[in-house]
Amino acid sequence: MVDVTPHGADFIPAAEVAEVELYHPHSWWTRYVFSQDAKVIAIQYAGTALSIGLVALVLSWLMRLKLGFPDTFASISPDMYYQFMTMHGMIMVIYLLTALFLGGFGNYLIPLMVGARDMVFPYVNMLSYWIYLLAVLVLVGGFFAPGGPTGAGWTLYPPQAITSGTPGGQDWGIILMLVSLILFIIGFTMGGLNYVVTVLQGRTRGMTLMRLPLTVWGIFTATVMALLAFPALFVACVMMLFDRVIGSSFFMPAIVEMGATPLPHDGGSPIMFQHLFWFFGHPEVYIVALPAFGIVSDLISTHARKNIFGYRMMVWAIISIGALSFVVWAHHMYVSGMHPYFGFFFATTTLIIAIPTAIKVYNWVLTLWRGDIHLTIPMLFALSFIVTFVNGGLTGLFLGNVVVDVPLSDTMFVVAHFHMVMGVAPIMVVFGAIYHWYPKITGRMLNEAMGRFHFWVTFIGTYMIFFPMHYIGLVGVPRRYPELGDTAFVPPSVHTLNEFITVAALIVGFAQMVFLFNLLWSIRHGRPAGDNPWRATTLEWQTAGTPPPHGNFGKELPVVYRWAYDYSVPGAPEDFIAQNDPRPLTQGGPA
Amino acid sequence: MAVVLVLVLIVVGSVLFHVLSPWWWTPIASNWGYIDSTLVITFWITGTVFSAVVLFMAYCVYRFRHKEGQKAHYEPESRKLESWLTVVTAVGVAALLAPGLFVWSQFVTVPKDATEIEVVAQQWQWSFRLPGADGKLGTSNARLIGSENPLGINPQDPNGQDDVVVVATDLHLPIGKPVKVLLRSIDVLHDFYVPEFRAKMDMVPGTVTYFWFTPTKTGSFEVLCAELCGVGHAFMRGVVKVDTQEDYLAWLKQQSTFAQMSAPAKVGVLAAPATAQAKAE
Repeated sequence: MVDVTPHGADFIPAAEVAEVELYHPHSWWTRYVFSQDAKVIAIQYAGTALSIGLVALVLSWLMRLKLGFPDTFASISPDMYYQFMTMHGMIMVIYLLTALFLGGFGNYLIPLMVGARDMVFPYVNMLSYWIYLLAVLVLVGGFFAPGGPTGAGWTLYPPQAITSGTPGGQDWGIILMLVSLILFIIGFTMGGLNYVVTVLQGRTRGMTLMRLPLTVWGIFTATVMALLAFPALFVACVMMLFDRVIGSSFFMPAIVEMGATPLPHDGGSPIMFQHLFWFFGHPEVYIVALPAFGIVSDLISTHARKNIFGYRMMVWAIISIGALSFVVWAHHMYVSGMHPYFGFFFATTTLIIAIPTAIKVYNWVLTLWRGDIHLTIPMLFALSFIVTFVNGGLTGLFLGNVVVDVPLSDTMFVVAHFHMVMGVAPIMVVFGAIYHWYPKITGRMLNEAMGRFHFWVTFIGTYMIFFPMHYIGLVGVPRRYPELGDTAFVPPSVHTLNEFITVAALIVGFAQMVFLFNLLWSIRHGRPAGDNPWRATTLEWQTAGTPPPHGNFGKELPVVYRWAYDYSVPGAPEDFIAQNDPRPLTQGGPA
Repeated sequence: MAVVLVLVLIVVGSVLFHVLSPWWWTPIASNWGYIDSTLVITFWITGTVFSAVVLFMAYCVYRFRHKEGQKAHYEPESRKLESWLTVVTAVGVAALLAPGLFVWSQFVTVPKDATEIEVVAQQWQWSFRLPGADGKLGTSNARLIGSENPLGINPQDPNGQDDVVVVATDLHLPIGKPVKVLLRSIDVLHDFYVPEFRAKMDMVPGTVTYFWFTPTKTGSFEVLCAELCGVGHAFMRGVVKVDTQEDYLAWLKQQSTFAQMSAPAKVGVLAAPATAQAKAE
């Protein structure tokens, strides 16, 4: 047997400094509203993210209705379509997925999993949430502003984003969007520094880096990436705001609007914006994906009662994906008009990143091999994640391979690809994670029947939405077209397929209502969960009570004696050994 | 069991869908058959990997799902298996990348005999410019755009006088001749996209981008805009007609040059309008 991580009670250093006294809330307000407890902040983040996500879901229905039944929904004008599209994309990527994975799961799980009483900077952590909420409110404000929200697409490419041919370009829409993003980044930075410092400095005794659950590795690496990537978006937003408000020309060359009106800009570079945007935007894909990778590793391991296969390789894969993702950004720009020789470099780096990603997939499925697979709802979602992620990842090999991208770029193939890989797949993990940790957060299990219904409809439904959509793109249908009109090369069967996809999208959307109902219903009516319903090894399941009290653990912080994956250790009486279980190992295994 | 069945059905269904679906790319009308071939290779490799992974999962779930008294095997890692899988993956990736880069090097190498033509985009229409007898396009500048000079051609540049200007109507191209398409926008980003030609490229205001192709089929092809350019994006359509050489020349004769278009307004603007006029004819 291989020794995966140093073990044994000898390695546990004695506590050198006394614990710092936590901030103790004195009133209902400081306990539940302006709370400094990471668990409360996590729930605030998650609640806000899911609420704004619901808005994005409704927007997607409106878009699908327009695409499926353009005549019936003629009242949805192209202006509105582009506004819905922009807000849907931005909400899903930033305000839902980033906020939920890092602000939600990060806040809840990091302190508990590393054995800390709270984040290291609780006050800043609280500010992080309130600034995030402000960012969401400013974003929503776009709907009520004169001219409505911006319709520039979530990529906000100038000059189009700030000219009059785009909804919100010369009104409030684009300004509110940029301000909201700037606020989001400020808020995120406060939270992000917390997550990083807590993982590096707040671990309990015995919790070495190579004993961290992969969930923490995923969230930690994603946070480091976000701290490095978001500044590029931040400056891009500030510069565009200057172009729009005070007439500077960072991204604005000399242009003539509508063939008649010269604008007072000169000398700016629209492609510079794209570089800044995608220098943020591509890492962003992995900022969403890495926490999902980490969480799904733990779901599979726990529910297959087997250690994650190749833990060390998994850690290195996460880190190398994180590092490589900073040198692949221009694969979003193969047909942007940048120098075509860049294509050689970015196609190569992009395809190289497929290797660590593939290793992760292998290790997930190899964890299933010779496991003891419990088909619980978290496990079902984990399996559906693998299917959709492999599917979406493989279509990435089309789009990353520069010349193959040329015909497919800006078609519905791209839309299908990124929805599968960074929409559906991570959201499957979000659901799996909620079903997995809800018992810890509330003390009760989510309803099983509603959960299974939710799983099957969501999984099969989303596959039926996005798999055929690739083929619409293959035909040549461009993305961001509210309607196709009469286009010679598009056969009528494509319209039929569009109708089918719209119906599937509405059904999947309905299943999410069942999920939300389940979340509320089970708080009171769910089966009591106990402290460790899944018989899991990691520290969050070993707390003093459920839900964990303020300060997480009892009088003494737990001391960690082994890695997070001691499932089905030969000779052990049970099929899991908790990380803080001091019993010496019975035989041979790692830990 | 339902899980196993669904996983298998997903693989079978996806493969059948791929084979049987009526949705496939448009018949190609340019020299970029290589792009289609690379795409087909990619479909084969990725399709195989997808089927293998999902079927393996289905087998695992079938074989190792929980039964009373079952215990999982304890095996933290296997250097050998992991290295072997890494190598196989690297080979697969190289098999995709090599043909991709090979075709890309052709894509970025414009043949010497390619004719330069220009496509000018604005919200939301296409215009075109062909070089005159001198084979050269004149310089241009967005600041020169006006109602008599919709493309902003530099009136001081003698190369520009005989340029053929085609505003907001069909472009014609002769079959079998490579063209380097220079792309220019006077307002926002656009993308010159003809699905049958496979190649496409964004047009960026303030700079000139390009791509090249050789039309290989006569006929009429629809031009779409593939880069979001405002509310009219989906309605920004044009037509490229690929003609035989004779038809092309006949069409070309009917077009007017920049000098002809701007003749009435040019009195007093240019120092020697007569000379320019003469040169164009």
